[in-house]
Amino acid sequence: MSYSKALIPPRAPPTEAATRMRPARMTGYVVVSLWALLGLALLAMMISNWDNEKFFKYGPRFLHGLLTTVELVAVSIVFGALLSVPLAFARMSKNRLFSGLAYVYVYVFRGTPILAQLFLIYYGLGGFRTEWQSVGLWWFFREAWYCGLLSLTLNTAAYQTEILRGAIISVPRGQHEAASSLGIGKLVAFFKIVLPQALIVALRPYGNEIILMVKGSAVVAIITVFDLMGETRYAFSQTYDYQAYLWAAIFYLTIVEILRHGLEWTERRLTRHLTR
Amino acid sequence: MSGLFSALGSLWDSVSTIFDPLCGPVGLFSLFGPGTVIACGDTGWGDEIALGLKVTIIVALATLPIGLLIGFLVALGQQSEEKSVRLAASIYTTIFRGLPELLTLFIVYYGIQIAIQAALSSLGYQGRVEINAFVAGMLALSVVFSAYCAEVLLSAFRAIPKGQYEAGSALGLSRSRTMRLIVLPQLIRIALPGLGNLWMNLLKDTSYVSIIGLTDILRQTGIAVRATKEAFFFYLVACALYLILAIVSSAGLGFIDRWTKRSEASR
Repeated sequence: MSYSKALIPPRAPPTEAATRMRPARMTGYVVVSLWALLGLALLAMMISNWDNEKFFKYGPRFLHGLLTTVELVAVSIVFGALLSVPLAFARMSKNRLFSGLAYVYVYVFRGTPILAQLFLIYYGLGGFRTEWQSVGLWWFFREAWYCGLLSLTLNTAAYQTEILRGAIISVPRGQHEAASSLGIGKLVAFFKIVLPQALIVALRPYGNEIILMVKGSAVVAIITVFDLMGETRYAFSQTYDYQAYLWAAIFYLTIVEILRHGLEWTERRLTRHLTR
Repeated sequence: MSGLFSALGSLWDSVSTIFDPLCGPVGLFSLFGPGTVIACGDTGWGDEIALGLKVTIIVALATLPIGLLIGFLVALGQQSEEKSVRLAASIYTTIFRGLPELLTLFIVYYGIQIAIQAALSSLGYQGRVEINAFVAGMLALSVVFSAYCAEVLLSAFRAIPKGQYEAGSALGLSRSRTMRLIVLPQLIRIALPGLGNLWMNLLKDTSYVSIIGLTDILRQTGIAVRATKEAFFFYLVACALYLILAIVSSAGLGFIDRWTKRSEASR
């Protein structure tokens, strides 16, 4: 039997290859510095073109527009959520008529651009002036703000219906069966067992829907509502100063990023019992 | 040579007239429109709206390849081992997924105009510059599309096991051939539902280009509304056209989906 008598002498580890400029790293540095350059250029443009008069004239208007946007989104999300509950149950019902009608509603509002829906409501429905006056609803369809609110609400209701339905369907049947085998009534089982599990599934899509609504609400500026986008367009039309759009971009990005991180935090917090 | 081109052009003209879904011989407006406001020709607005439909489809189709290409590159960047590449890619997606599409459109439209103007005036040219609304719209839409596309492709990339890459290099394939022959076919299959949703969103987002003056469906119906004062009817037509586009494309996407899964069906 043969075996080696001497151990292999210890050797120094191979010297670490000097970090070369690999193509990937090179591209990365170039692109990042391009971004930085763009950011600096925009910053320089803002500083060099700084105008106190414009700032104090349009600054408060921008803040007011921001408030209008937040208001519009909050109200339409809440009303959309209220509207989506009966729609989601109609969509899941065994009655062909109800589920068909809800399906058509969802398909139509998700399949057409929100701009077209807005025009249809504001210019289209707003065109029937005498009819609305005789019903006493003319105050509603006369105002661009209400029309914008209505179309945003109807639009988000369609999306929220799908979110809610998908979430409720995602709860396994066994949960219903377990509840009824424990003698729990259907209503209690729904609110105490099915809904909490469904809402956790729905959390992320709901968050995305809120962000989409913040972005989608910008279209109401086209029908002369002075939300953040509307104020931006106003400022640009008065001054021809490109900075107006940059300020709007900063505002929108800030809102969306705050929402995104806040929602991520909420999700982590609410699902901490699920992580093992 | 020019004769050949003109012959091809007239052939294309006649083909596109015959198969025009709105104003062709068997078009919707030609069948139901005559004598009404949506008649084709000088008496109605049918042919104008048909042009709008064509522009909408062309904008969407022109945006798609650019958006897919940029999105693919950004997705590659997002899963790169190099930190700086990841940073650059994530700045891109954060910005363009956070901005409203309308604002992106305005920023691109006026931004390019101002940039070109500044560049030209530094060269000594003092004229007004107007850039093409089609190019600006297409650029803005592809930027937005690519940012979302990158996210879809990134999650599809993550769904492909590492073993597939290792198997590729075990077979002696180069990195680009591994990508082309092994990863991409699976990637397309996984990403297709997400990309289909993005295509539907793109179709709807094309309506924004009407605001910078491109003659798409909504712009043309808006012109018709101003002339005829029948706002409700014409905007209903616009919504119906978008809905038809959505239905046709979901049928098409279903077909493509079945086609990509044809190898799985027999198992």
